[in-house]
Amino acid sequence: MSSKGKLENFKKRMQPTIKETKFVLKRIRDSPLSIAGIMIVLYNLIIALFAPVLAPPKLYDAYLIPRDPSLGYTYIPNPPSLGHLFGTTSLQVDLYYGCIWGTRFAFKLGVEVIAVTLLIGLVLGMLAGYYGGLIGELIMRFTDVILAFPGLILAMAFVAALSRVPGWTTINAVMLSIILIGWPGYTRLVRGEVLRVKTEDYVEAAKASGASDARVMLRHILPNSIYSVIIVASLDFGGIVLTAAALSFLGLGSPPGYADWGRLIYDAIPFAATGTQYWWTYTFPGIFIVLFVLGWNLLGDALRDVLDPLYRRK
Amino acid sequence: MGLREYVIRRLLLLIPIMFGVVILIFAILQLVPVGERVSIYLTGPKDIKPEVIQGYIRMYGLDQPVWVQFYQWLRQVLQGNFGYSEYFQEQVLTGLLARAPATIEIVIYAAPIIVLVGIWLGVNAAAQRDKPLDHASRILSILGTSMPSFFFGVVLSAIFIAQLKWVSSGRLSYQMEGLVPNMINIGKWHQYTGLLTIDSLLNGRIDYFIDALEHLILPVTVLVFIQTATLVRVTRSSMLEALSKTYIIAATAKGLSRKEVIYKHARRNALIPVVTISGLVIGGMMTGLVITETIFRFPGIGNWAAIAAQHFDMPIVVAYAMFSAVVFVLANLIVDVLYAYIDPRIRLG
Repeated sequence: MSSKGKLENFKKRMQPTIKETKFVLKRIRDSPLSIAGIMIVLYNLIIALFAPVLAPPKLYDAYLIPRDPSLGYTYIPNPPSLGHLFGTTSLQVDLYYGCIWGTRFAFKLGVEVIAVTLLIGLVLGMLAGYYGGLIGELIMRFTDVILAFPGLILAMAFVAALSRVPGWTTINAVMLSIILIGWPGYTRLVRGEVLRVKTEDYVEAAKASGASDARVMLRHILPNSIYSVIIVASLDFGGIVLTAAALSFLGLGSPPGYADWGRLIYDAIPFAATGTQYWWTYTFPGIFIVLFVLGWNLLGDALRDVLDPLYRRK
Repeated sequence: MGLREYVIRRLLLLIPIMFGVVILIFAILQLVPVGERVSIYLTGPKDIKPEVIQGYIRMYGLDQPVWVQFYQWLRQVLQGNFGYSEYFQEQVLTGLLARAPATIEIVIYAAPIIVLVGIWLGVNAAAQRDKPLDHASRILSILGTSMPSFFFGVVLSAIFIAQLKWVSSGRLSYQMEGLVPNMINIGKWHQYTGLLTIDSLLNGRIDYFIDALEHLILPVTVLVFIQTATLVRVTRSSMLEALSKTYIIAATAKGLSRKEVIYKHARRNALIPVVTISGLVIGGMMTGLVITETIFRFPGIGNWAAIAAQHFDMPIVVAYAMFSAVVFVLANLIVDVLYAYIDPRIRLG
């Protein structure tokens, strides 16, 4: 077959995909809330990417917020000024720096947690869905056990225990605990997808022509079941960052002076107890969290409306 | 399969899950060094001496293989000994029981509001799709899921507690709180339930009733705002689905009024999936209680567990995790049974 023929063939094969993509894009364009969601997510992404430009790091670890020695080492926060756009919190920790690098920290945490959770979910879900039997049963019962706990409470217990183990930083403990409560959801989702794809004719055909289990799983089942899983994973960003922030707020997350929104709000609790006079100490980190989670939630709603076959054509 | 067989089968399925829960908790405990882990076996402050602790390590086989330890620990737990909290200086079980009423009090006020508001808003938003009420409900539910409860709570406490001084944090005003133990001593206050809003009425103290109620407003508001959002979303989408069914067209074609179609035909069917989500709402509520009680210094079990976790007081953290797993699993069981009861397709299918 000539290269032109190949190209034509490829175009023809991709026709449904192109049509689908166009339809999805049109639906997203038509809904103002989805546009808002995308804009907010992009805005957060830009802040995270350009954090070193927006707030140049001064310490050996860029996620540690610099203090301002010229204001003295007092606990009393200073209001927003030209030098400190969002003001300072206790010990003159700069809130602008904290909020900007907090965005980057949220993305870093989200990407790392989702990558590991997704990997665990894919491997265990495929094993459970493809082989079933005893392995599948064991894996699924294990997910039942984890899901028997309210997520944050299990994470809380796990962080408290893990922080006592030498060599573990609290941030790593938080990430591992969110992975621990997150993988069962993905495993169930992947398993469901694998069970659906497994009965398709092309899988039967591949098996009949002598393909190994590994080949059937990686070449035929994985590519056909991964899309919905990836979409769910990407929308988990908001929830993961919220859980991490909640743990930080309970005093179980990042160490003091770390660019983490939850930690900044935790540090602001004593100031909130004095009334609204130090409003900036909790308001700015709070607005950053709300915007971050709001962006992902709006995007998630939009994608669900578009991709869910039950609602999409109405 | 009848409803009874269904319930029995579900109860039997609980056993392996609860066993798994216990194993997982034990595995988490294994992370903690032996010297600290021993505190989950202690029974009082008199035990905190090196020789006694060494004795406990030997007695419960903490220097022995894992399965021996697991067996010893499980025996203690089944007997109701969850250990002694060094931070709170009390038995874990005693502490849990002493703080449960405060938490129950929040829940019995928050839960009905969450359910009623959530379902009402969800049903009416779907019935008036793309009208102002629908937009309002969407904005409210998106805000409710995006606004972290701790941020919302901190802002509320800064404005209403610290700035305007409408109420104080805790369950009662300071003066009233201090008087309760005295009144118990002289027999003027009987603790019937531990729930202040009920006890105050039974003791004939309207002033205490009003004060306790005022202190519940903020915590309940935070819980309701965050939890209602999920319920509204599910009810709305379930209602939209029900409204698109052919029996709705049939009912409309028969000449029924819009009101009758919505409340009699659509809502009844739409509420079936909503029942299943209420199990999740209960789980979310237990998580929300940890945060809400911490913000408003409400002396319930959520606040207790959060303080314990901050001080790495493992006996409490572990007991609370097990307790919430039991509550969550039982709640889901009740929800499933209800579901099977309302929708025969589940148990017959």
